[in-house]
Amino acid sequence: MMAIDKNEYQKTIEKIKPKPPALKNSFLAFVMGGFICLLGEILFQLLVNQGISEKDSYTYVSITFIFISALLTGVGIYDDLVRIFGAGLIVPITGFANSMVSPALEHKQEGLVLGVGAKVFTVAGPVIIYGIISSVLVAILLRGIGRL
Amino acid sequence: MRQTRDFNKPPVVLSYATIAGPKEGEGPLASYFDKVINNLYYYEDTWEKAEQKMLLEACELALQKANVTKEEVDFFLAGDLLNQVISANFVAKTLSLPFFGLYNACATFYESLALGSMLIAGGFAQKVLVGVSSHYATSERQYRNPTEQGVQKTPTAQWTVTGAAAVLLGEGEGQLKIPRVTVGKALDFGLADPSDMGGAMTPAAYDTLLAHFKETGFNYDYYDLIATGDLANFGHQVLVKLLAEQGINFGSKLTDCGILIYSPLQEVNAGGSGAACSALVTVGYVFDELNRGKISKFLGLGTGALLSQVTTQQGMTIPVIAHAVAIESY
Repeated sequence: MMAIDKNEYQKTIEKIKPKPPALKNSFLAFVMGGFICLLGEILFQLLVNQGISEKDSYTYVSITFIFISALLTGVGIYDDLVRIFGAGLIVPITGFANSMVSPALEHKQEGLVLGVGAKVFTVAGPVIIYGIISSVLVAILLRGIGRL
Repeated sequence: MRQTRDFNKPPVVLSYATIAGPKEGEGPLASYFDKVINNLYYYEDTWEKAEQKMLLEACELALQKANVTKEEVDFFLAGDLLNQVISANFVAKTLSLPFFGLYNACATFYESLALGSMLIAGGFAQKVLVGVSSHYATSERQYRNPTEQGVQKTPTAQWTVTGAAAVLLGEGEGQLKIPRVTVGKALDFGLADPSDMGGAMTPAAYDTLLAHFKETGFNYDYYDLIATGDLANFGHQVLVKLLAEQGINFGSKLTDCGILIYSPLQEVNAGGSGAACSALVTVGYVFDELNRGKISKFLGLGTGALLSQVTTQQGMTIPVIAHAVAIESY
């Protein structure tokens, strides 16, 4: 029988495998990412105009976005939007909220402790771990540079 | 080593039943299914229970259609995609029949059909009930991400079919017969991308398909229709290419269940997958075509990617398999 050459096959697959539409995906991500930034800026200005300090306003903007993202995840819309806008909705803080709410929802039937409690960080956990490690490394590096 | 078994007294299909999920019920084959559920929970509080309920109902419906009681069934062969084949195990507990729990990923339906036929043809059973199920949400959770997590899938990714199918096999006379099966070998072609299972499984389908024709000595135009399980659009395209390189061209006689189950407008990337994919299309659509005389000789190839999240994360490549079962009406 005409056997398939393993290496040849892997090369062929890599060559003819349909690629994600990078240009279209980038454009939609840019538009949505920009739109979220715009919304954030508008909200920020409104809060500052209300006499809230800049520092507090930043926090309120983040909290608002986290709430909206969690709500949209809960009602099952967020994943549909990501399918279209990709990184535009994954990279902002809304994506982070989605990555914590979705496993919490997914595992709620396994109980509040071992289900929601244990699984809530399955997606976001690595981000937190490596975020903290990188921030420590950067801090040490900057301190080092400062000493020079 | 001979992979094909011819049956002197071919087992027959006594009855069959299908239950499809909401998305499958919006697809082009909707009218072929006995029942379409309108919600992934199917009035249960978890998706796992919903999947078990679908499988149980499909099994009970198949028995009911053949007017056969549970006590007359010798063996129950079933499988699904979940860890420890829980859907099949829990349904087997309810049915309380002598039971074999099977797993060959998306090839489980054809694996069950092949084994069930052998049990009957070998004289070990008079009636065998075969059932499989898969569920979009239970599989997505186990193999991929939480269902509500936002991800952008690649064009080769596939959509797990929600549904269950059951077939009651027996001895004697019947319109649909299973004259021969070809048991596939587990192979590994070094592909590791879990979002391209079609491409990974294609060499298995190719291997079993050619083994079947070589061992039976049939001409390539013997069958009216050949359907692979769930290679979907990309895998199917690769299979056609591999066959063409050997000068074999099945033309429109070669299709794929993962392509047939959804319409291109349903945003399922490359197409359908899952144990219920080949089962729903074979039992729902193909059996109907055979019964109505539109085709009389069919060869189905259930294809399975035998990976898990652990093997993928540990950097191992994907073992694949394909089983062929011939179903003929005369």
